[in-house]
Amino acid sequence: MAVIAKQEDDSKQDGLILTADGMSLKKSLARSLRMQKLRALMLILPLLAFILITFIAPITDMLFRSVENQIVRETLPRTLNELQYWDLSQKKAPGETVFHALYDDLEIAIERKVHTRLGTRLNYEQTGFSSLFRRTGRNLDAIGKIWQKQFEEFDPFWKKGENWANLLMTSDWINNAKEWEKTSDHLQPPFVLKPELVNLLPKTTEAYSAFARYVQLEENEALYKKDPWPGIYIKLYQDLISEPDLSALSGMGADELRSTAQMVSTFETISFKDGFLEIDKDWGEIDIWRTIQVYASSYTSGYFLNAIDMQNGPDGPELRPENERIYIILFMRTLYMSLIITFFCIILGYPVAWLLVNIPTRKSNLLMILVLLPFWTSLLVRTSAWKVMLQQQGVINDILVWLGLVDDAARLVMINNQLGTIIAMTHILLPFMILPMYSVMQTIPPSYLRAAKSLGATNWTAFWRVYFPQTIPGIGAGSILVFILSIGYYITPAIVGGTSGVFISDRIAYHISSSLNWGLGAALGTILLGVVILLYFAYDKAVGIDNVKLGG
Amino acid sequence: MNMITAKNSGETPFVEFERVQKSYDGESLVVKDLNLSMPRGEFLTMLGPSGSGKTTCLMMLAGFETATYGDIRLGGQSINNIPPHKRNIGMVFQNYALFPHMTVAENLSFPLELRKIPKSEREEKVRLTLNMVQMDSFGGRRPAQLSGGQQQRIALARALVFEPELVLMDEPLGALDKQLREHMQFEIKSIADSLGITVVYVTHDQTEALTMSDRVAVFNDGHIQQLASPDTLYEEPENSFVAQFIGENNTLEGIVQEIHGDTCLVELDGGELIDAKPVNIKTTGERTRVSIRPERVEYNKERLSNDAHLLQATVMEFIYMGDIFRTRLSVAGNQDFIIKTRNAPDQVRLEPGTEIEIGWLAQDCRALDAPNGTI
Ligand SMILES: Nc1ncnc2c1ncn2[C@@H]1O[C@H](COP(=O)(O)OP(=O)(O)O)[C@@H](O)[C@H]1O
Ligand SMILES: [Mg+2]
Repeated sequence: MAVIAKQEDDSKQDGLILTADGMSLKKSLARSLRMQKLRALMLILPLLAFILITFIAPITDMLFRSVENQIVRETLPRTLNELQYWDLSQKKAPGETVFHALYDDLEIAIERKVHTRLGTRLNYEQTGFSSLFRRTGRNLDAIGKIWQKQFEEFDPFWKKGENWANLLMTSDWINNAKEWEKTSDHLQPPFVLKPELVNLLPKTTEAYSAFARYVQLEENEALYKKDPWPGIYIKLYQDLISEPDLSALSGMGADELRSTAQMVSTFETISFKDGFLEIDKDWGEIDIWRTIQVYASSYTSGYFLNAIDMQNGPDGPELRPENERIYIILFMRTLYMSLIITFFCIILGYPVAWLLVNIPTRKSNLLMILVLLPFWTSLLVRTSAWKVMLQQQGVINDILVWLGLVDDAARLVMINNQLGTIIAMTHILLPFMILPMYSVMQTIPPSYLRAAKSLGATNWTAFWRVYFPQTIPGIGAGSILVFILSIGYYITPAIVGGTSGVFISDRIAYHISSSLNWGLGAALGTILLGVVILLYFAYDKAVGIDNVKLGG
Repeated sequence: MNMITAKNSGETPFVEFERVQKSYDGESLVVKDLNLSMPRGEFLTMLGPSGSGKTTCLMMLAGFETATYGDIRLGGQSINNIPPHKRNIGMVFQNYALFPHMTVAENLSFPLELRKIPKSEREEKVRLTLNMVQMDSFGGRRPAQLSGGQQQRIALARALVFEPELVLMDEPLGALDKQLREHMQFEIKSIADSLGITVVYVTHDQTEALTMSDRVAVFNDGHIQQLASPDTLYEEPENSFVAQFIGENNTLEGIVQEIHGDTCLVELDGGELIDAKPVNIKTTGERTRVSIRPERVEYNKERLSNDAHLLQATVMEFIYMGDIFRTRLSVAGNQDFIIKTRNAPDQVRLEPGTEIEIGWLAQDCRALDAPNGTI
């Protein structure tokens, strides 16, 4: 007895209760709960993965794209680095160092053919960039060629890529590279510069490294045969003009290098700035440089400003000129037309839902089928049907003319405008209003109405004071559903909306599939998402989201 | 059925059903020829099995259903064409039908608002009524925040707050547990009495009907089977349905042999002879079902008259129930013959298997109509 009592005592010491196998109760409970959770998680894993892949990931991607702006920094790193010292207030285009850096950046960008993409990107912010970058891309070589020609005329040695390789690379690497070319079934041996040359010709070796990396990694061609880009001649000129001590140099090309070094001072040069201005005088415009500077950062508010008809002006964000504003109007139109559609859905849906609940089962089943019928027909068919119904030579106009209500010459315009959108969308979204209303009304026992009447309420008072308030959760649920579906709707407004009846979704689709300005499309989409979330919270505050009932 | 035993006869009856019929589908009658009249201030209960048409009667009175035929009068005036909201009848529903989106106080002031009673007066009435049902402090709550019993009280208060003269209650206690139900029965009854209102109360629970009502109308098959005070109903059921439905009851079947005034001799199917009181039988040779309450069966011969007919019985089961003993016997082929005896110190506890003789006073054994289709 005493022993048992002692054991019990032990198991409770320090306030810890132990299980049969001596583990603390807390720990063992936590473990069993963890197992349960794990098992539950395993069950929903496929769904979770599906949602993550098809829902969360695209939305995150969209959110990211709407602010993402790495292309400028990735394409023009050296230019942006120099541009930070540029003083905008002097109202002058930047100086030579910036243009020099721009040349270096563009040379590799053009090789990679990304300069047009950058042009397209910046063209969203300011028209003209696209052609500027394309023209520059075609003519940039002309600048480097000035140096290249002089090198090659002085000594044909500089013409051949092989000579460059022999001069700059270790002989081991050259051998390896030749070996590789015979088989070329494995990766090209990474280039190895002669260490002494890295010190003597720092700019040349740096530029050549960039060139080498590009050739080896991106083009995957034999580096040692490749003729260098014109820009490397410029770097060599710059290295040689500062008179490095080449006396100790030996090996292939050392003599040619030394003799050329003697001569470079006689070479003819031009300033990069002049070169660029010659290609396109827009490079002298302050606006061009300001835009580049504004969009230098990896993340930008530009797409969002654009999506609300604003832009980054010299003094921060500003409204776009009157004639360029379209998005605010479209957003407003989307919102107010969605409100109208929601309103009509309530007006039309409420009596139908009421009938569904209150007529005998057999009739209500038939009515329910009629309500659900639209779900079983293609959206496109339904929308096109409205086109047939509403157009000026359409069914409704024909009937009105036949009845003599409308003159043949003055047929009603009911399509390709806002009216068409409202009619078609109300019809298409009506089931989404009726079903939640129906399910809420179904849960209201008829005894409430009877109770109200027995207390002295007329039919109307009983409805308005007792029945209607209890259906508000259904109206709320239906309204949220219809409104949210409506502001994101694309096909129907696009088909029956004409130009005055399209929604913001039309612009999003345009930017995603036609103009390929995905950033702007994403920003518009993000704003739409934000509006929905905002409205959701406003609704929650006003009515309470727990009051929304989609079903019993 | 001319059971117009109004309390204060002479006055016109307050509620009257005259030859009322009701059919929902045009094929069958749910209420068949209903005649009923109630004096002011009476507490009348409609009792009957489910589906017997009680709710239908109540709904016709409230105005939610129209009588297919016949006349319903309130205070001498036909109300067939008065819409429900003008009838000024208070009503308590089985599921209470408290408006979920209003507070308790709002629920109560709703009928007062509709009657355009000024705000201060309204508040006073709501307060008094809540006080009457002992729910003073619950005015600000929503119905969903109340327990079933509390909701019941509020439903009652709402039906009373606008001071109707007639209050209808359709199985108002059906959803409560037994203890609460008994408590509320008492409370409803005493409130109704103190206010002097007329109540039509619907229930399928016979104890409830017996304990609360001035009179009980037993419904079956669209007819009022018997309309009488609880004691009459219990002690003098007029037909076998009522006898069966109210209270516990032993039945034996046989053929009437002789009738002498208020006693008769019945020969049971097994040949045994018993004494009974003719209630529903007219001639000798008629089939009858005799009904006797378990507590009126006697096995102590000293308490019976010498010439009483006795029956052989075998004790099947003895059940100790605290205040009483309940003994199941096998009598004349009936295996479910129950007798109840008081748990007194000298009371014998009958052991199963014991053979005894039982008998009763002729007036306790009522010879009633034989139900149709007896085996
Ligand atoms: N609204 C209705 N439509 C058709 N039949 C009904 C309706 N209400 C009740 N009934 C039928 O009438 C009969 C009596 O119902 P009811 O008055 O509710 O009985 P109780 O209240 O006594 O249980 C039942 O058979 C029921 O099926
Ligand atoms: Mg009922």
